[in-house]
Amino acid sequence: MSALGQGTPGRMGPPPLAPAVRIRRLGLSFGAVTVLRDLDLDIGEGEFLVLLGSSGCGKSTLLNCIAGLLEPTHGQVWIKGRNVTWEEPSARGIGMVFQSYALYPQMTVRGNLSFGLRQARVPAAQVAERVARAARILQIEPLLDRKPAALSGGQRQRVAIGRALVRDVDVFLFDEPLSNLDAKLRADLRVEIKRLHQSLGNTMIYVTHDQVEAMTLADRIAVMRGGKVLQLGTPDEVYNRPSCRYVADFIGSPSMNFLAGHVVEGAFVAGDRTIPLAGYGGALREGPATLGLRPEHVVTGPMAASAPVGGEVVVELVEPMGSDTLVWGSLGGQPFRARMDGQARVAPGDRLAIGLDPARASLFDAATEERL
Amino acid sequence: MAEPGSIAALVATDAAPLSGPRGPRPRRALSGANAVLYGTLGLASLYYLLPLWVMVVTSLKGMPEIRMGNVFGPPLEVTFQPWVKAWAEACTGINCDGLSRGFWNSVRILVPSVALSIAVASVNGYALANWRFRGSEAFFAILMVGAFIPYQVMIYPIVILLREMGLYGSLWGLVLVHTVFGMPILTLLFRNHFAAIPEEIVKAARVDGAGFWGIFLRIMLPMSLPIVVVAVILQVTGIWNDFLFGVIYTRPEIYPMTVQLNNIVNSVQGVKEYNVNMAATLLTGAVPLLVYLVSGKLFVRGIAAGAVKG
Repeated sequence: MSALGQGTPGRMGPPPLAPAVRIRRLGLSFGAVTVLRDLDLDIGEGEFLVLLGSSGCGKSTLLNCIAGLLEPTHGQVWIKGRNVTWEEPSARGIGMVFQSYALYPQMTVRGNLSFGLRQARVPAAQVAERVARAARILQIEPLLDRKPAALSGGQRQRVAIGRALVRDVDVFLFDEPLSNLDAKLRADLRVEIKRLHQSLGNTMIYVTHDQVEAMTLADRIAVMRGGKVLQLGTPDEVYNRPSCRYVADFIGSPSMNFLAGHVVEGAFVAGDRTIPLAGYGGALREGPATLGLRPEHVVTGPMAASAPVGGEVVVELVEPMGSDTLVWGSLGGQPFRARMDGQARVAPGDRLAIGLDPARASLFDAATEERL
Repeated sequence: MAEPGSIAALVATDAAPLSGPRGPRPRRALSGANAVLYGTLGLASLYYLLPLWVMVVTSLKGMPEIRMGNVFGPPLEVTFQPWVKAWAEACTGINCDGLSRGFWNSVRILVPSVALSIAVASVNGYALANWRFRGSEAFFAILMVGAFIPYQVMIYPIVILLREMGLYGSLWGLVLVHTVFGMPILTLLFRNHFAAIPEEIVKAARVDGAGFWGIFLRIMLPMSLPIVVVAVILQVTGIWNDFLFGVIYTRPEIYPMTVQLNNIVNSVQGVKEYNVNMAATLLTGAVPLLVYLVSGKLFVRGIAAGAVKG
């Protein structure tokens, strides 16, 4: 692939203050299908960036382009101030962890960890030292002489992370590394990846469709759809001030309530309900709109009286989940969920006092679905 | 259903209720269906084994005993003389050193043909499965068409090709022919095998710095032992049993064993030595049979793996 030439695609000067990874106007099409369109993204030194989106949004494709496993149609990829657009994956200073682990089945764990170093003709003593260090960090020392077939899913993924670790790279790429694990292991390994990032301080780019992983791990989240980044921001920003309805719906579990209605004279009117919007942190434009309210931002019971906006709903369905309880009702003739304490005792048919805070709500234009 | 209390009552009254199932293990009687099954299998076995039996017993008899008839009977007096004669003394044309010459010719044809065809086809399959290039699908389709064209159509063009290359009548010419004709089926075999290996393993190896050959030799081939065994068996049996190419593309000095067997069995002069003919045929068939018996288990595993993964 390096034979294709040293040419700098779309000649542009190096970025002034070089971030760890810089993506410039990157595009990729397979024939008539455009997977990535003119994507720009800067990833800071030591940053943990999560690419989040549903399947087919182009997040894995983008990661493969950064890794050099796919050739972009146009645009540039810079890593550590170097234009690596046409470089081989191994020459980019990256390590990659795959969803299916992708361990070499005929090699032992030690063989898997050291393969990249042996390819690079690193002296044996140094190989042994780096493998030992990675194994210690990931606590896989007792497994070094086993074959991947004799490991559990969680152990395999640790080895896969170790394979990236031994190569002493600047940038770690993760392609849905936890998706093949069961829920409990996923939670455990998620914490370990976070701990690893805290102790190593490397730049990490992490692809997932799981919003919990994105929220817990990321310094910044890039929510992607249709080959574009819809919103790039800290988890806090993405959660509290989603830029559009799609992002608002994607982030958060249980997902956000959406009420269709109109903005009239500083209030939101949905069916027979009028919700005053005093305190909403944006410009109010009269006309059709969608009001987004997170179930966990709805105050219930006695506390409701102290909320800026109060009301009452009839409980239609209760989903107790232990840690909390999800209550279904309807507001202005539209389905509406509120999260209550796990120990709350409610039954269908109860009348429940609710309180809302317009400052925590999101308003979206009904036509463009953009945040108002 | 019994009433709810009955299970508890049973446990309470039975002395050793938890020591295993109750009563003797049920026996399956030889049912009518089974009789038909075993009967059919027995008949089929007899059909295939009887000729082999006749060949073995005839090869161990002397000519006078054969003339007495009694084709199916075991030898009254066992003699290995026909085997010795078939291997070392039978005459074809002016040479009277038996099948041994043909055996070694066949080995000298077989080893490079098998090695070369598998080496080339595995790289073909790997490139087609893991390094898709523009037109790779078309290339593969054309190669597959080759598997469906009868060999006989190509005999004369190949004679001309070999003559132009200066390989006609030589051992290496025949090796080349066998390699080329093994290509479609072997490439298909290897391509399907490599296509079933997760793509991410190749990606991981590329990130680790392995190139085209590094991935092939260090990652893919070590994972492919069963499929290599399948390829070896297909090629060994195919090339060893080949008669047509052997008789057309070589000279009498380097005729393979099958051609020499034909020359011994079909010689029109002198007495027909059935015992020698039988021994010669058994000797010629021994190599593929041995290969299958030794690696049969791996063969089945390789074929099954290919079948499941497509």
